[in-house]
Amino acid sequence: MKFTEEHEWLLLEDGLITVGITKHASTELGDIVFIELPEVGTSVTKDEEIVVIESVKAASDILAPLDGEIVEVNEILNDEPSKVNDDPTGDGWMFKLKIENLSDLEDFMSEAEYNKFIG
Amino acid sequence: MTTLKRTRLYDYHIANGAKMVPFAGYEMPVQYNLGVMKEHLHTRVAAGLFDVSHMGQILLYPKSGVIADAALAIETLVPVNILSLENGRQRYGMFTNDDGGILDDLMIANRGDHLYIVVNASCKGNDFQHLKNNLGNEFQIDMVEDRSLIALQGPLAEEVLSKLNPTVKELRFMDSITANLLDTECWISRSGYTGEDGYEISIPNSAVEEVVQLLSQDINVEPIGLGARDSLRLEAGLCLYGHDIDINTSPIEGNLNWAIQKARRAGGERAGGFPGAKRIHSELEVGPSKKRVGILPDGRAPMREGTLLYGSDNRNNPIGKVTSGAFGPSIQKSISMGYVLKEYTDLETIIYGDVRGKLLAARVTSIPFKKSNYKK
Repeated sequence: MKFTEEHEWLLLEDGLITVGITKHASTELGDIVFIELPEVGTSVTKDEEIVVIESVKAASDILAPLDGEIVEVNEILNDEPSKVNDDPTGDGWMFKLKIENLSDLEDFMSEAEYNKFIG
Repeated sequence: MTTLKRTRLYDYHIANGAKMVPFAGYEMPVQYNLGVMKEHLHTRVAAGLFDVSHMGQILLYPKSGVIADAALAIETLVPVNILSLENGRQRYGMFTNDDGGILDDLMIANRGDHLYIVVNASCKGNDFQHLKNNLGNEFQIDMVEDRSLIALQGPLAEEVLSKLNPTVKELRFMDSITANLLDTECWISRSGYTGEDGYEISIPNSAVEEVVQLLSQDINVEPIGLGARDSLRLEAGLCLYGHDIDINTSPIEGNLNWAIQKARRAGGERAGGFPGAKRIHSELEVGPSKKRVGILPDGRAPMREGTLLYGSDNRNNPIGKVTSGAFGPSIQKSISMGYVLKEYTDLETIIYGDVRGKLLAARVTSIPFKKSNYKK
């Protein structure tokens, strides 16, 4: 699993990148009450805002970690957004991204580096 | 940079895992370990303990010793019937200005030989000065500095507090009495700002930590932060000063007509005689041009404060604006309050909120969103 400075995790499975937010981010956001997911088939560019997360405190955006195409979203989050608080790196995944070069993943942080990053 | 003040319960907050934020010049707990959602839900089923010591407590003594003198004096500043307020009772009201706008909203209690007034933290300095400037020398006006203020709210509040003093069981909604807790004189009212039954308790600073520790030991009690206080009061349809009402909104626009008793309205025994009476009487008669309403978005996405409202699904002219909005943990829906033009105030009117560039449908609805649970 790789990590971004935007507190997302990226997991390579079957040639696709599954993306979610980290435990640290979900704790900081507080109880999540609404998630707006992108549409399947959307082409996204790196750093584009593609997911909106509303917590009891405020709204925040999730950025596309890389250029690519959204091939699947976690529809369950429409009705049960709290899954992101309960299991951010499992059932709380957000979308799957198809990217051009899988080697781009190497640029992101390892878990140890991320833990150091969040201090 | 000004230093933030701390209440006497600062150490208690930290010991309970509070996340502290600046609020009205104080460092206050926004949430504890439970988090906003669970704190909110706990208050609705058990008892939540709130530190509201940042709020202003003001005492107004008539030097004549006649309480009616104080009542009539403060009636020159609020559109509320205070003369009929009996000893041991309190009433909601607001200071108005000459334009009929709201300077602050407040609680006024008749405590026999004086009035006890509780005002918002952010306005307390101005409110104190406002009273001083307008009421003259026949009154002694004191800001209470040696007492803290807490609230115990929820369906189990009575059970919890009555263990310290069974007298509190006898209080009904908006009663306000003096009673001892741990041999210390406390001023206790059956009121609050969550829509739940409960109490607000003014406690000498020297005893507040001890009382709070004792209440906290009860298994039914959890400390509750400002985050849940906000969602609780929003579900209960209660206004937050500076957001849902302010200097630019009149009590009638704010849908607070119920707080203006007959005696102060046109034709009443003491009609008018408060700042802004002309506008307020006129709006009572012909209706205001805009009004605070409840707004229920169709989807889960919260329409937060500042969201512009439209009358159709294009952006011709805004018809209003959201003043408070969040997800309501108890009703599991997104809820908002805001002002809309009078043509859009009918229940079930479809309106649209601009949320991140998308127009989302919502319905005008009655408030409160969650039925209140007061002990009448």
